[in-house]
Amino acid sequence: MISIVSTLKIALRALWVNKMRSSLTMLGIIIGVSAVIVMLAVGTGVSRKVSSQISSIGSNLIIIMPGSSTQGGVRMGGGSQSTLTVDDADAILRDCSAVAAIAPMQFGNAQAVFGNQNWSTGVQGTTPGILEVKDCGLSAGRNMNDQDLRSATKVCLLGQTVVDNLFGSMDPVGQIIRIKKIPFTVIGVLESKGQSLGGQDQDDTIIVPLSTAQKKLFGRTIPGLVRTIMVKARSTEELSVAERQITDLLRQRHRIGPNKEDDFTVMNLTQVLKMAEQTANIFALLLGAIASVSLLVGGIGIMNIMLVSVTERTREIGIRMAIGAKTWDIRIQFIIEALTLSLIGGILGIIIGSAGSFILSTFFDIPSVVSLLSVLVSFSFSGLVGIFFGFYPAYKASLLNPIDALRFE
Amino acid sequence: MSLIETRKLVKIYDVGEEGVHALEDVSVKIEKGEFVAIMGPSGSGKSTFMNIIGCLDQPTAGDYLLDGHKIGGLSRDELAAIRNRQIGFVFQGFNLLARTSALENVELPLLYNHVPAGERKRQSLDALKMLGLEGREHHHPNQLSGGQQQRVAIARALVNKAPILMADEPTGNLDTKTSVEIMELLVQLNNHSGTTIILVTHESDIAAFSKRIIRFLDGHVISDEKVSKT
Repeated sequence: MISIVSTLKIALRALWVNKMRSSLTMLGIIIGVSAVIVMLAVGTGVSRKVSSQISSIGSNLIIIMPGSSTQGGVRMGGGSQSTLTVDDADAILRDCSAVAAIAPMQFGNAQAVFGNQNWSTGVQGTTPGILEVKDCGLSAGRNMNDQDLRSATKVCLLGQTVVDNLFGSMDPVGQIIRIKKIPFTVIGVLESKGQSLGGQDQDDTIIVPLSTAQKKLFGRTIPGLVRTIMVKARSTEELSVAERQITDLLRQRHRIGPNKEDDFTVMNLTQVLKMAEQTANIFALLLGAIASVSLLVGGIGIMNIMLVSVTERTREIGIRMAIGAKTWDIRIQFIIEALTLSLIGGILGIIIGSAGSFILSTFFDIPSVVSLLSVLVSFSFSGLVGIFFGFYPAYKASLLNPIDALRFE
Repeated sequence: MSLIETRKLVKIYDVGEEGVHALEDVSVKIEKGEFVAIMGPSGSGKSTFMNIIGCLDQPTAGDYLLDGHKIGGLSRDELAAIRNRQIGFVFQGFNLLARTSALENVELPLLYNHVPAGERKRQSLDALKMLGLEGREHHHPNQLSGGQQQRVAIARALVNKAPILMADEPTGNLDTKTSVEIMELLVQLNNHSGTTIILVTHESDIAAFSKRIIRFLDGHVISDEKVSKT
């Protein structure tokens, strides 16, 4: 077989002679490969974003909210009924084996003041379990403890945003801030978690003991009732077990008859996020279907053009054969030509696809990440298409009879 | 031992029910260094004969020995190798590759003989120079006259140092003056380099440049005589 360099030169010349035809033939491959690149980029981007969000809101998270209440025929929506209590939370932690940690919560908005700075934010009254439930650590100070909870001490944990706004660069631990004019000692600072799925700043928060919140900050609520209970399951596998155990336990505790509706809602947040990921995957899969159809059509286009090319160049093939080209010399010449066509198409597709995914993530806020793997995969795939669809025309060319080929007009 | 020897060659083309008998029992011997013209009207079998001895086609029956070796039963690639190393072709229509420079056209046989690029270029330039085509190396066929194109084709046929040159109506597309030039070139080649030349033509004044004329009619050899030079 003659050298690849010489064959490549022959192929490039043949393609250059028919510039228009070559570029139109490449179009199918270009569209296919760029769709593959965008598809893989969106797929990776979304699943990365989802998994980072799962880890930021806390993994294996279940949220229990009170059910809806009805006032004079008007249904008030989820959470309007006050049915969940601190005792429910304690019972769940005690009786549900699949539950790892729990945090009953009461929250409201309040203004916090330090020195001449003030900042309005959400205040969450909860228990020490909140840090474990949310997979959140402390960047300074200590967590609240059971003692704080029992005696409703006026201590608080601050999110990073609150620290920035009230203290600037000063160390807040040990300082006293006023929340609703009541002095609280800052005992710790939460690790920064960034934005949530909905774009909320998760660092813009103050955490105080549940008992303190109920007695001193949001006095209007009946003591013992909570707005929500956040639960962490032991593992992803045990999420649904935990969900069932909680539902059974609460129905029993709330004395709900077999055919009555629950007076609470159990929500599995990880499931919600996983659904978002699935939606993204379906989108990616659709693009993938377009990509494979386009690659197939592109491949057939290459085959078609190569067949035309073989017929057009029958005489050239005859001359080459008369001069001493062997079967594989001819075969490789046409395969390399098809391969060059598809690989150039592949490279252009990779460039266009990468640009497309850049535009998607920059201007349309769709997370997309072009990975080296996806570039390699689509490049080699376009190569395979070229070889696969180039082989038959090349095979046909190589089997021509030299005299017939020479006489071909 | 003859360079070319055919024994009772038969070639039948499958056309319709009955085959067309292009060659019937053709036995010919050609020695090294000869300059043979094969003549005959169209359909006489002269081109078929040349295709078979040029290893472009296989006979239906009979034997063909090239340099003492039987050619029958060789594979396509073995035939290609023989064409590459032993036989140079010159065709009526020149058969140069379009959009390819004279130099690259001449390089082709060396390319398929795996000669390294540098050596390939050197030998091809030598061959072009020998045929008086210096300065035309990078011209494409459509930038060359008919005579020049045919010289490029001869250079291509000679570049691999093939001992046999087969020319099928090499002057068919040329004017009389150029035809004479090309024929003188072939005579010179035959005299100085000892290249065996087999020429197919239907023009007797072209055949007159050769040393021996074999006439074909209806697939048979009807005469085989030396040319008396005056």
